[in-house]
Amino acid sequence: MSTKNMGGLESPDMASHDSPGHETSYTPVFTGDVRKELDTLLTRYPTKMAALLPALWIIQREHGWVSENGMAEVAEVLDLTPAYVKGVVTFYTMYHQHPVGKYFIQVCTTSPCGVCGAEDVVKAFLQQTKAGELGVTSPDNKYTVIEVECLGACGFATPIMINEEFIESVTPDSVSTILARLP
Amino acid sequence: MGYPHTSHQRETAVLSQYFGDTEARTLDGWKKRGGYQALEKALGMTPADIVNVVKESGLRGRGGAGFPTGMKWSFMKPGDGKPHYLCCNADESEPGTFKDREIMRWTPHAVVEGCAIGAYAIGAEVAYIYIRGEFTEPIMWMERALQEAYAAGILGANAMGTGKRIDIYVHRGAGAYICGEETALMNSLEGRRGNPRIKPPFPAVAGVFGQPTTINNVETLAAVCPILMKGAEWYKGMCLSNPKSTGSKLYSVCGNIQYPGTYEVVMGFSFKDFLYDVCGGPVKGRKFKAVIPGGASVPIQTMEEAEATLMDYEGFIAQGSMLGSGGVIVIDDAQNMVRIIARLARFFAHESCAQCTQCREGTAWTTKILERIRDGQGTMEDLDTLMGIANNMTGTTICVLSDSCATPVISGIKKFRPEFEALIHGKRVHSVMAAVA
Amino acid sequence: MAEAKMVNLTIEGRTVSVPEGTSILEAAKTVGILIPHYCYHPSLPIPGVCRMCLVEVEKAPKLSPSCATSVAEGQVVHVHSERALEARKGVLEFLLINHPLDCPICDKSGECELQDFTYQEGPAESRLRDPKRFNPVEDFGGDIMYVPNRCILCTRCVRFMDDVAHDTVLNISERGDRALVGKFEGKDLTHAWAGNIVDLCPVGALLSKDFLNKARAWELDRAASICPNCPQGCNIMIEVRDNSIARLKPRPNDDVNKFFICDYGRLNYRWMNRQDRAELPMVRNGANLAVAEWEVAIHSAARLLKDAKPFVLASPMLSNEALFLLTRLLERKGGTGVFRVATGEEAPLPGVEDLALRRDRAANVHGAELLGYTRSENPLADLGADDVLVIADDDLRGMTVEAAARAKGVIVIGTAVPDGLDNISVVLPIANFTEEEGTFTNLRGRVQRFTQAKSPPGQARPSWLVLGDLLGALGAQDSFFLPSDVFADLANARPEFSGLTYDKLGMRGLPVLNAETAGATR
Repeated sequence: MSTKNMGGLESPDMASHDSPGHETSYTPVFTGDVRKELDTLLTRYPTKMAALLPALWIIQREHGWVSENGMAEVAEVLDLTPAYVKGVVTFYTMYHQHPVGKYFIQVCTTSPCGVCGAEDVVKAFLQQTKAGELGVTSPDNKYTVIEVECLGACGFATPIMINEEFIESVTPDSVSTILARLP
Repeated sequence: MGYPHTSHQRETAVLSQYFGDTEARTLDGWKKRGGYQALEKALGMTPADIVNVVKESGLRGRGGAGFPTGMKWSFMKPGDGKPHYLCCNADESEPGTFKDREIMRWTPHAVVEGCAIGAYAIGAEVAYIYIRGEFTEPIMWMERALQEAYAAGILGANAMGTGKRIDIYVHRGAGAYICGEETALMNSLEGRRGNPRIKPPFPAVAGVFGQPTTINNVETLAAVCPILMKGAEWYKGMCLSNPKSTGSKLYSVCGNIQYPGTYEVVMGFSFKDFLYDVCGGPVKGRKFKAVIPGGASVPIQTMEEAEATLMDYEGFIAQGSMLGSGGVIVIDDAQNMVRIIARLARFFAHESCAQCTQCREGTAWTTKILERIRDGQGTMEDLDTLMGIANNMTGTTICVLSDSCATPVISGIKKFRPEFEALIHGKRVHSVMAAVA
Repeated sequence: MAEAKMVNLTIEGRTVSVPEGTSILEAAKTVGILIPHYCYHPSLPIPGVCRMCLVEVEKAPKLSPSCATSVAEGQVVHVHSERALEARKGVLEFLLINHPLDCPICDKSGECELQDFTYQEGPAESRLRDPKRFNPVEDFGGDIMYVPNRCILCTRCVRFMDDVAHDTVLNISERGDRALVGKFEGKDLTHAWAGNIVDLCPVGALLSKDFLNKARAWELDRAASICPNCPQGCNIMIEVRDNSIARLKPRPNDDVNKFFICDYGRLNYRWMNRQDRAELPMVRNGANLAVAEWEVAIHSAARLLKDAKPFVLASPMLSNEALFLLTRLLERKGGTGVFRVATGEEAPLPGVEDLALRRDRAANVHGAELLGYTRSENPLADLGADDVLVIADDDLRGMTVEAAARAKGVIVIGTAVPDGLDNISVVLPIANFTEEEGTFTNLRGRVQRFTQAKSPPGQARPSWLVLGDLLGALGAQDSFFLPSDVFADLANARPEFSGLTYDKLGMRGLPVLNAETAGATR
């Protein structure tokens, strides 16, 4: 049931590591234009802490996931402690705490979609991406498939998300077309 | 208006009028359809007058609790010297609910306008639209609408040239159902874990950033624009049953039904007609078995109850459930109730914030038992245990997520007990066979 | 301060009157009713999450968390109503479903609130038929170990580190039943006051590595005392097993240390158990020190002091009583009293006003100064050739002792015989502060009592008794049968202490008077 990538393999740009969640080198995100982007965000809130969720989104956008180094960087720029940031990161399911495949596929399987056959959509994705298991990245590092709780598009069962793209009314039959369309 | 289907003649499309109309998404298109006249009118009124109109209209919160909106606004004391905040709750996460998504996707300017009016009415200069992280498309449209509104001088330090400051920002969630609970939303907005807060203090006293705050649902705020334009009497007139429930209401319909989508009918509409006529009835060859009418947190209705329901706040309660968020989940006779309820329990166990003991432990325990029954490993004793756990989870925690998990369990076991017993009974047969083998 | 408005209510049929704003939980305490609770702690912000303290308040639709519900006029509260008991029983069942129930191997056993409240009102058996969740034990750094399987997520530890220590190194990670107390890799619990989270933890989830598997809580004898490791004067409980100190725990005192002690103080107790003690009185016999009867040793010390000027090197770890009696010795011939203090880094607890591990690392620095002793880096500098050096429990470690050679004689009144002196005339073995009763004066002038926690080794006697006997042998008329008698003499002799008695000090202490107000009645 976890939406965490428990068995996360390395993404191609990552050096080999002992356990998921560790990285050997880290490039800071909040420099130059990205720093300016954060500064603009900061003007929207009366506290620095309020920019935490947006800042984490930026880390994920830039690095593809939120590593411990990423958390430490956010903590630094927002005057928080890394432990605090980690507590927040682990609360929200959309921040990846491990590297994920190039295409992170989330299939809604909560009851309204469940009664419309969402589980078969999951099976189709797991088979066709060769990811095999939920949360496991496919051998070619391209796909990670997870079940996600209600995506809020229940009338369009089964909705899925591939990275930031939202796709409605997916059926087991349309899976191959969707995958073929991905660059 | 039945989006994505064509509008049904018995619908009353107020908020959903422009769903599917891509031109309505743009500022020009919105203005062409009468947009921002309500805001202009509002900025010419006193905040107190706006609150009075909204009070008079009978508008109640469309997020689930149904609290009178005008009264909520009146809790914000003007001139207390503190910054006030408006939060627009667009964390639509209740399974079965996707109406706010359509409002934001098709009429983002209606939300901007509603927020601006709301902010002005409660004396706030800043409003945050908290949108769940998964809503990438609504976020995009809302951001675009805000950009247009800022560029046109509708928002900013001198909103519509009135010298009043109204700033509106989108704040993106990151995957947490509980952030739809108003105090959890405020914590999340502040950069914290989305833990609901203990009340008092209530948000109107000490809300986000410790300041007086009002939190309104997307649909509620969007409804304020037509109310201001057409008047409280017009809005109050949209009522077929109980006068405490007024106006039109969006229902997102999903599950095993012919035409799932977002519909808008007036308060007091017949639920039977709604399900069988407006939404097209069951899919071919099937029969409806049960309905969860207000999102996953409300009690499950039998068809007998559902068919006797008049669709308003009181009507759903009278038939053993609640209007909730208007997320109608329809279940047909091909489905197994235990399976559905177990999956709902898993949802709540996944989303429990972990603060309160009953919720943290109870949601997970309930899930374990239900899944065991589902898999044919249950006992009759388990049903008593489930009821006992559900009882301990009800009315004992900071927020109602715990109650929400218990609700389908209680109503499910009470109303669909034979389905549980059949699975349990099946288990006995299996275990005998296993023993023989 | 304005008089707080009083609110009258009824709790379990008892009439209660408490200041406005008091919680029901605290109000109940005033009439002897302890409402079971876990997340609530008087020193921390109130999260109201454990839901253990639910009570029934008449006219309220739901049960109320008594920690987070303020009293109201005319309120009628039922703590033990069927509904309230049923709800709390439910909470206990939930807390126990994933708990390993490993009390036999848990350090907190016997002082665990999960045991206590389950014993009091918990379910007799669990209805759980499914596997329990499991998480491995984690080393949190410092002295602390985390056993997540026993954790009830009350968040006291997180709130302490956050709101009191101002060092957010702990968090709640994950959510739902996967939640646990977490920290950031590489950021350990090294804060100087972190050990308090072990005391705050109501269950066996946070453990002291130092105390791990050392003793069962119920085997420990406890004595109220004062931490001797700095002049802050934190109130402590000394916990002893088989006449050996097993651990120090904070003892609440709102005026000094609230509920806390620092890790330095907490863990610096091994010296109190040291085995190389002076156990028998000794007198010089030619080249050697020979064991002697107490009478003989006292009289030989008295003979040395009879006509000579004493030079007292006192330890600032000595009690007010011992230091006072030593001043009596000084007054006879106009001698000098000096002391030295080891120092270290100051480590404040930011969330509590005026609470810190102080630079000085001895309990009674202020007491020694009040009683006229001079602090010195080189305490033997002024030792005169005709002086008799009285070494009162200074171990001379890290000090140049050549100067001692010029003394006419050396009397050691101490817990151990210091190294490096070959002219010691008499050794009078005394109890250390854990083995006797007495008082310390903390850096804010607060006089606080400590009680005896264990017995002294061999024939060692309480310092006040030894000094009283010595003064008696020198012809003084007072004799002391109790340390309180010594303190009474001190209070008579010293205006700062006037009016103070052991009874008045109680176990929480009282401040000395300023010189100006001395003499006023207390």
